[in-house]
Amino acid sequence: MSSANTLDNPVALPQVRLQRFRSRKRVNQLALFLSLLAMLFGLFWLFWILFDTVTLGVVGLSMTVFTEMTPAPNDVGGLANAIYGSFLMVCLATFVGTPVGVMAGIFLAEFEPKSGLASITRFVNDILLSAPSIVIGLFVYAVIVTQFKSFSGYAGIAALTLIVIPVVIRTTENMLQLVPPGLREAAYALGAPKWKVILSITMRSARAGVVTGILLAVARIAGETAPLLFTALSNQFWTSNLGEPMASLPVTIFKFAMSPYENWQQLAWVGVFLITVAVLALNVLARVLTRTKL
Amino acid sequence: MTQVPSIKQAPSRPWADRIFAWLAKSAAFLTLGLLIAILASLTMGAWPAIEKYGLSFLTTATWDPVKEEFGGLVMIYGTLMTSFIALLIAVPVSFGIAIFLTELSPAWLKRPLGTAIELLAAIPSIVYGMWGLLVFGPILATYVQQPLQAIFKGVPYMEALFSGPPVGIGLLSAGIILAIMIIPFIAAVMRDVFEVTPTLLKESAYGLGATTWEVVSTVVLPYTKAGVIGGIMLGLGRAIGETMAVTFVIGNFNQLDSLSLFQAANSITSALANEFAEAGEGLHQASLMYLGLVLFFITFVVLTLSKLLLSQLKKGEGTKT
Repeated sequence: MSSANTLDNPVALPQVRLQRFRSRKRVNQLALFLSLLAMLFGLFWLFWILFDTVTLGVVGLSMTVFTEMTPAPNDVGGLANAIYGSFLMVCLATFVGTPVGVMAGIFLAEFEPKSGLASITRFVNDILLSAPSIVIGLFVYAVIVTQFKSFSGYAGIAALTLIVIPVVIRTTENMLQLVPPGLREAAYALGAPKWKVILSITMRSARAGVVTGILLAVARIAGETAPLLFTALSNQFWTSNLGEPMASLPVTIFKFAMSPYENWQQLAWVGVFLITVAVLALNVLARVLTRTKL
Repeated sequence: MTQVPSIKQAPSRPWADRIFAWLAKSAAFLTLGLLIAILASLTMGAWPAIEKYGLSFLTTATWDPVKEEFGGLVMIYGTLMTSFIALLIAVPVSFGIAIFLTELSPAWLKRPLGTAIELLAAIPSIVYGMWGLLVFGPILATYVQQPLQAIFKGVPYMEALFSGPPVGIGLLSAGIILAIMIIPFIAAVMRDVFEVTPTLLKESAYGLGATTWEVVSTVVLPYTKAGVIGGIMLGLGRAIGETMAVTFVIGNFNQLDSLSLFQAANSITSALANEFAEAGEGLHQASLMYLGLVLFFITFVVLTLSKLLLSQLKKGEGTKT
């Protein structure tokens, strides 16, 4: 009806167009406003969580946190054994997982980037990268804990190692792909063997990126709780014996936060604060090290 | 045949090369073996339960460790429902964030804002969990759940949806916490695929007088459809497999007696986290392993779909421009 009218009446035509233009503009403004809101929504949670973590965590922060063992309910204590256990397991898992991840990454980027084996490996690696970490815990339980009939630090390290490997593979491969082919060819032209080209030319120029990947892997496993629950379990005392159950910061936080005891919850907030600071610092450091997007 | 040293040295090089190649290849094989080993060990561990219940395990709602009767329906429902709520919130928000970062934000703000959103993904899940239980839960109960119950009192269906104790623990809180956790993953993929859209296409649309929203909805979105869905699938995979945050806020309640969103429930991951270390060897442990296997299977399918969709976009990248 209205379109027939406008055709008959040339004066009304610009009017209708103007109206349509205005409504398109309104829709556009509304959409962009909503996208701004979405952005603020995301930032809002980040700042809310960080704010609570800092304010609730700093209150309980004191020297005893780093020197005393985890206490009994309603007793004074710290997190020393949990921090030490976490530190030990994260270090060893990184130490074991990194070489495997780097070598597999080298294989994907330098040896057979287009072969069938490489594309299957890449696919499987992506699955492992996003697989639920609790399933890794189940796997290590079935393979290691039931074999040795005991929860142990070794089992915890194994679970964390399996999480490190896919992260390192992915970043190593991506970083090696960024190395210009001319660099490799120049080295080959000088007669260098392949292993030497990789180790002292390509790996060296991709070093910052590979280190970033390792840092991100450390950040990832430092906060992992699920795979430790039934591998390393927890321990109330200081232990360096990897054959025994071993305390870790995340598992201790889990236990303490779920408890009704005031002092345990306070310690859990301190632990959450420490973990968040460590993980975010590692992430920021990784981003400073390489300006390339991963 | 006494030679010049350089010729004598030559054969030693392939030898070192072979070892290096072998090391690299076996590292790749190790990764492949890992997936197979995970599947095999879970199946073996779950075998007593698989043998006893078969596929009816997936449709049985009883979970009774005392009587040794197990069925996974409650946990599977909890996992799917929380993930669904999470997607319902996270998809539009991530879409908005991606539009903001690619089309709206001034160039100097892009990087800091993108990093801030990515940091949301870096926060360990245990932090989300504890914060969700002790800070967010009570606030949700007072300012959202109780008003909702007051508004929908007497309205059919809606009343049932919001019935139950408004204590800030249950499906809804778990879904919201999950949504916050997967927003960075979905937003990052969406932003990356939006940036893949050829500038020429966008500029042509702008040249015809399209508004920013029209360019996004009629040019960018159709062009990157597969990638966007792939990103959503990736987020879904994350939500399904997330453990600690859900364990804290879902309430760990093994019954399915109402459809309320405020009802305490259980998910596959939280059942594993809570019960596995204490479960005695035998049927209880095997049933939990079975649940783990189901979880791994679901995430495997979802992630595979996500990967296929994302790679489709990459293939098109070279040809369609």
